[in-house]
Amino acid sequence: MAKQYETVIGLEVHVELATKTKIFCGCSTEFGGEPNTHTCPVCTGMPGSLPVLNKQVVEYAMAVGLATNCEITRYCKFDRKNYFYPDNPQNYQISQLYLPICKNGYVEIETPDGPKKIGIHEIHMEEDAGKLIHDDWEDCSLVDFNRSGVPLIEIVSEPDMRSADEVIAYLEKLRLLIQYLGASDCKLNEGSMRADVNLSVREAGSETFGTRTETKNLNSFKAIARAIANEQERQIDLLEAGEQVIQETRRWDDNKEYSYAMRSKEDAQDYRYFPEPDLVPISISEEWLEQVKAAQPEFRDAKRARYVAELGIPEYDADILTASKKMADIFEAVVALGKKPKEVSNWLMVETMRLLKDNNMEPEDISFSPEHLAALITLIEEHTINRTVAKEVFEQIFREDVDPVAYVEEKGLKMDSNADELQAVIARVLEENPQSVADYRAGKQKAIGFLVGQTMRATQGKANPGMVNQILIKMLNQ
Amino acid sequence: MKINHMTAVELGKAIKAGKVTAADAVNAFYDRIGLVEQDINSYVTVIDRETALRKAEEIQAKIENGTLTGPLAGVPVAIKDNMCTAGVRTTCSSKILYNFEPTYTATAVEKLERAGAVIIGKTNMDEFAMGSTTETSYFGETKNPWNPAHVPGGSSGGSCAAVAAEECAYALGSDTGGSIRQPSSFCGVTGIKPTYGTVSRYGLIAYGSSLDQIGPVAKDVTDAATILEIIAGYDPKDSTSVKRKDYDFTAALTEDVEGMKIGIPRDYFGEGLNPEVKEAVLQVANVLEEKGAVVEEFDLGLVEYAIPAYYVIASAEASSNLERFDGVKYGYRTETYNGLHDMYKKTRSEGFGAEVKRRIMLGSFVLSSGYYDAYYLRALRTKALIKQAFDAAFEKFDMILGPAAPTTAPKLGESLADPIQMYLGDIYTISVNLAGLPGMTVPCGIDSKGLPIGAQLIGNCFEEKKLIRAAYTFERTRTYQRPAMAEEGVD
Repeated sequence: MAKQYETVIGLEVHVELATKTKIFCGCSTEFGGEPNTHTCPVCTGMPGSLPVLNKQVVEYAMAVGLATNCEITRYCKFDRKNYFYPDNPQNYQISQLYLPICKNGYVEIETPDGPKKIGIHEIHMEEDAGKLIHDDWEDCSLVDFNRSGVPLIEIVSEPDMRSADEVIAYLEKLRLLIQYLGASDCKLNEGSMRADVNLSVREAGSETFGTRTETKNLNSFKAIARAIANEQERQIDLLEAGEQVIQETRRWDDNKEYSYAMRSKEDAQDYRYFPEPDLVPISISEEWLEQVKAAQPEFRDAKRARYVAELGIPEYDADILTASKKMADIFEAVVALGKKPKEVSNWLMVETMRLLKDNNMEPEDISFSPEHLAALITLIEEHTINRTVAKEVFEQIFREDVDPVAYVEEKGLKMDSNADELQAVIARVLEENPQSVADYRAGKQKAIGFLVGQTMRATQGKANPGMVNQILIKMLNQ
Repeated sequence: MKINHMTAVELGKAIKAGKVTAADAVNAFYDRIGLVEQDINSYVTVIDRETALRKAEEIQAKIENGTLTGPLAGVPVAIKDNMCTAGVRTTCSSKILYNFEPTYTATAVEKLERAGAVIIGKTNMDEFAMGSTTETSYFGETKNPWNPAHVPGGSSGGSCAAVAAEECAYALGSDTGGSIRQPSSFCGVTGIKPTYGTVSRYGLIAYGSSLDQIGPVAKDVTDAATILEIIAGYDPKDSTSVKRKDYDFTAALTEDVEGMKIGIPRDYFGEGLNPEVKEAVLQVANVLEEKGAVVEEFDLGLVEYAIPAYYVIASAEASSNLERFDGVKYGYRTETYNGLHDMYKKTRSEGFGAEVKRRIMLGSFVLSSGYYDAYYLRALRTKALIKQAFDAAFEKFDMILGPAAPTTAPKLGESLADPIQMYLGDIYTISVNLAGLPGMTVPCGIDSKGLPIGAQLIGNCFEEKKLIRAAYTFERTRTYQRPAMAEEGVD
């Protein structure tokens, strides 16, 4: 009988924090500026420059630690991690090794066997590196330091996960907690959340861990799942063939669905960590810790319960609305503008979700303002436009965040409620469709549906459907 | 009085009184540079005279319209070449930064500029401040103005020589293990290494970050206190900078040591100390005692551990601080190379001198995995014990008096041949940096070879004013002695 194997997985998750400025200088963290425009002597490693810690970074790290049931290290320090690479202007990274800000936490995930705790070994703060761009034309590499010094936290889990599903559940849980905290947008595709997978396999029932590998360059949940499947298979194949797994770092190529070894433990670098002498230790007072605790937001479970109990939203809807902080924020903002919760929920659950799916977007990518959705709902409530037109307008809001009032006005989409004009249109429709008229008069009630459709078409959808129905019946019965 | 013979404060007064213009002052020192620089080599870079004169005229106008009223407005200054000056080459006396022009100016230098200083040049130093003689400079050694066959000390040898040779009115130096106090002693000038955190390190190209401090190099105590008052201050750009209660260092320029308790550490007067130096320093104790101070001998302890602890900590920090010099972003890059790692290796092999490489290797070794606890952590514990020994001493004494160096300036070429011997020469200054204390050198005599001797005063943290008071009191009993080559005056 073939041996049974168990897969053991631990994750190192890097999260870019949503601070306005970098971790050790006042430069903007904004994504996508012209190369080397968000830079200064500090984040380009100029001689003589010195780091000054951004307090918001510490607060976000503490908040994530509290949300993941960690102990907060009340006296913590930064250390230097030394390694040479051109994206790293000082050739050392300011990070934390000896006294990380958070330790010994966990998050709970749902599994088919019920809830499971995934341990968090530690969370530490560090700075991101710049970006290397290879110029094939000139055959040289260029460095963009805009990202250099963007604050990161690294969340190191215990080796508590046993499958790709658990890994995804853990990541989704982390992502949601962090999004709810507003500490990061956690976009895997843009790199504001990055996960490295430490994986080993062992014979089922074994108490000791097998040799692990670390897989990097995983840019989506799908890539993570594929890489895990691939790596566990690779390791089992090695063991089955009587070979050994080598402790090494591997890089995943999601196009080729294949990973290759980057470096083995033998040539692993000695980072020569030591306490960063340019920064003073951070003392977290009881008062500061309490302030951060008090500022913790309402997390998903509480929000979901409140939507059901206080806003009368069905559980199913509440579940979807709270699955993304962005969605929940928009929902609450539109409701706060006085719109009926169920109506708001419908726009988000149906039209918004559809458009997100069609455009291959995440809820975090939503860019329309709650005010515009609220205004659209008002237009419907006031019978200024009908629902068909409203859906069209909503697409424009979704795409370009247009002001629906101005848009409807400009495009002449107001519902046509002028009875005389409508009567003339309907007369023409009846004239053009004698068969349907005859059918209706012969008792085929359904024929009226066709005539309503034709009328709406003739008015380019602007007619008030209730009025169309009313006039049609009146005229047919004459 | 000749301009170059004036102290910085005297020259500032003369300019304010309209007896001399800022441009006259600039011209006088450029004339001095023209006369003696070829023999001394105090400078790595002398700013061109026209630029300095334009600056002097701007400042002159501000002095005349009353916007600049400080004591050093219009007075020419030289800056050690490890402090960044926007647009002016800053080399750390290293080949690896031979062409580096910073985009910004160090906080301490900026403070001087705001006070109306006219910067005339960047002074020579041991490469990256690593050395005790200014012989490790890529730009050639600086010679001692008292005798050009001797070294000026280091690493701020250029600053101290420039002040002694009167190629500037005053200078800034930096001190990581004695780099202001030892060359001040060798050149017969006054230098202060302030309490760690008193002067911002922003813009000071780091050697040992936890030990480095910028301080004044001057002709007398009044100048030194005046300069320190200008450059000191809390700087939000330096996380290790301290908000102090007092920055009024010139308030301590009083002749009063009545009842002041001065400790003489026996450990600083034992074997290895040149008898002439010993005698001159003990004479300072006698003078202060006559003026009312209470002098007592005591055992400080742990002195022999300071040098190994220092070389472990400073080299460890340096090995990391100097990683950024890699040929990628600025400075020297090797001519031909094969890929990134070859570029790194050749750039750094060619760009750094022997002493710097020695300390990078030492520092990398003590931080490497498996050795960290045995060397680096142990050195940190030793540092803490040394601080405790000083704490105990300052419970009994207001200050400690001792030599700044075991000998007067050695001959050129004598020291580098035996680096261990050179490291041992820092024995009296190094523990002051490890403990973060203020230390000050005042000239106290001339030896039989005609070379100056300096005494070192060491105070408790934030007690520079006690040192200044004692140094000022002592200074009033003697007259400033300049090297023969500086006797010639220029107008």
